Amino acid sequence: MKHPFYTEDHEAFRQQLRRFVEKEIAPNIDKWEAAEELPRELHRKAAEAGLLQIGFPEACGGAEVDPFYGIVVTEELARAGSGGLIASLMSHGIGTPPVAHVGNAEQKERFVRPVLAGEKIAALAITEPGGGSDVANIRTRAVRDGDHYVVNGSKTFITSGMRADFITTAVRTGGDGMGGVSLLVIEGNTPGLTRSPLHKMGWWCSDTATLYFDNCRVPVANRIGPENAGFMAIMMNFNNERLMLAAQAWAFAQVCYEESLAYARERQTFGKPLIRNQVIRHKLVDMRTRNEAVKANLDMAAWRIGQKQFPVAELSMLKNFATTSLEWVANEAMQIFGGAGYLRGAKVERIYRETKVLTIGGGSLEIMKDLAAKQMGY
Amino acid sequence: MKVLVSVKRVVDYNVRIQVKSDGSGVVTDGVKFSMNPFDEIAMEEAVRLREKGKVTEIVAVTIGGAKNEETLRSALAFGADRAIHIKEEGEVQPLTAAKAFAAVLKKEGAQLFLCGKQAIDDDANQTGQMVASLLDIAQATFASKVEVDGSKAQITREIDAGLETLEVDLPAVVSVDLRLNEPRYLKLPDIMKAKKKPIETIGLGDVGVAVEAGTKTVKVAPPPARAKGVMVKTVDELVSALKAKGLV
Repeated sequence: MKHPFYTEDHEAFRQQLRRFVEKEIAPNIDKWEAAEELPRELHRKAAEAGLLQIGFPEACGGAEVDPFYGIVVTEELARAGSGGLIASLMSHGIGTPPVAHVGNAEQKERFVRPVLAGEKIAALAITEPGGGSDVANIRTRAVRDGDHYVVNGSKTFITSGMRADFITTAVRTGGDGMGGVSLLVIEGNTPGLTRSPLHKMGWWCSDTATLYFDNCRVPVANRIGPENAGFMAIMMNFNNERLMLAAQAWAFAQVCYEESLAYARERQTFGKPLIRNQVIRHKLVDMRTRNEAVKANLDMAAWRIGQKQFPVAELSMLKNFATTSLEWVANEAMQIFGGAGYLRGAKVERIYRETKVLTIGGGSLEIMKDLAAKQMGY
Repeated sequence: MKVLVSVKRVVDYNVRIQVKSDGSGVVTDGVKFSMNPFDEIAMEEAVRLREKGKVTEIVAVTIGGAKNEETLRSALAFGADRAIHIKEEGEVQPLTAAKAFAAVLKKEGAQLFLCGKQAIDDDANQTGQMVASLLDIAQATFASKVEVDGSKAQITREIDAGLETLEVDLPAVVSVDLRLNEPRYLKLPDIMKAKKKPIETIGLGDVGVAVEAGTKTVKVAPPPARAKGVMVKTVDELVSALKAKGLV
């Protein structure tokens, strides 16, 4: 029977990704988690496998396809059981779209093509130590000086921040509020840029950093779009980021469910497999029920984005629904695994630790609710 | 130079094979199929030869039912220029396949016939050799290195004593071994482009071949289940257990 959204091409692509994850990622992920960093080589290999290019314009080396391919990529990467892998390997998924969509031809060649080829690493830098989701009130300042901007300030919680070569940075070029924000691509080797690593509860293999800009001279040619018009580009970028965060939450919830099902069938207690207890079967059904609901919601949102709609309220609610559902499902998975799930090395242990970042990052649960309320005119 | 690559649709290597309860074969309903892994290596080699400028056209060929089109699409995504589907819904044994491929090879005038050394479903390891024999052309099996130069090819094979290098006149049949190369990941744009490449569908009659069944499958049975192990505490216990079983 034909699926309304997923075709044979999606399936063929999924098989390639599955092979890539089994061969290149699964055997190494624990090592990368311990090292708190992904090797650059992985980005090149991922580009060869064609997974970095998804959703970017063909003119700069991308593959322009429907949003369901992004979901397939997320689902297959999630099978390695590490959220940090997705966050950091795919950090260009938030860092590069503003350049690909708003940048000029020369900027696309310089900042998009090498990233999609896995030669360079991109990051997005919005959040500041002085405020999280409050994009309109960022304080990092860029002052025009001839052909350059002189940038001073700092950014924090920056995914791939330690390794990034191209940092798409929100800076204040004008007055207060959203009308004074611009986007600059700040290159990793810019004098005056220093970085310090942040150690986290989860997402270990993702190198998260605080960045400090001390009189960084950034060419005006690195400004994405017109001056003081950065706010809209940032907001547009959030739509896809939230869809992808919801996809991540769904994918990890499904891994939790599959892992739990396999474990419940295998684990023997009181002389019978765990799954022969009604209480465990009901837990599994409840987990699956939530996952099915999230997936249906996710696919609908992806379809709408594919139709060039921007359902901001629905995306906000989807992100909340998917991420809180993951919290619940991961909790049940831990309960089914018992002591075995509490041990380092179990996928569910890592996923459980990484649920919180999804209800916080990319717009916190509370900010999402407020955004949805405003969008719906409450 | 034109290359013909034969590809076969087989139960995916990751699938845990189950034998049908009546012993007539293995369960294929709802089971994932993919291209025989050795044939992927053959496809990869053909594409690499083209990238080296040794090959100008790659044609993929398969024999079997309608679902084999999926396998040809994978071959086209790998980089085959076009594909030929010899449609046959019934059982195809190696000699029938070899006769059909030989006829296609002759008709196409390809200089090289690449195939996997065997298919992972029946492990027959016959088709390539039969194609060479039917056309009375050179063959080099289990290739671990392929070099084409003008009207000749040098093929390295892994043998017990080390490496053996053969030189064959073209046209020739080359069957490929596991370590020849590592097949690439198919990229999404290539998967999509493969949809637009031509597949020519013909019947066995079109190549003047009749279905032959030289062998008959009497019974298919799973390997005996592994007996439950015993934990021993000391080496002495292990030795006496092995002695009791008559193993040492």
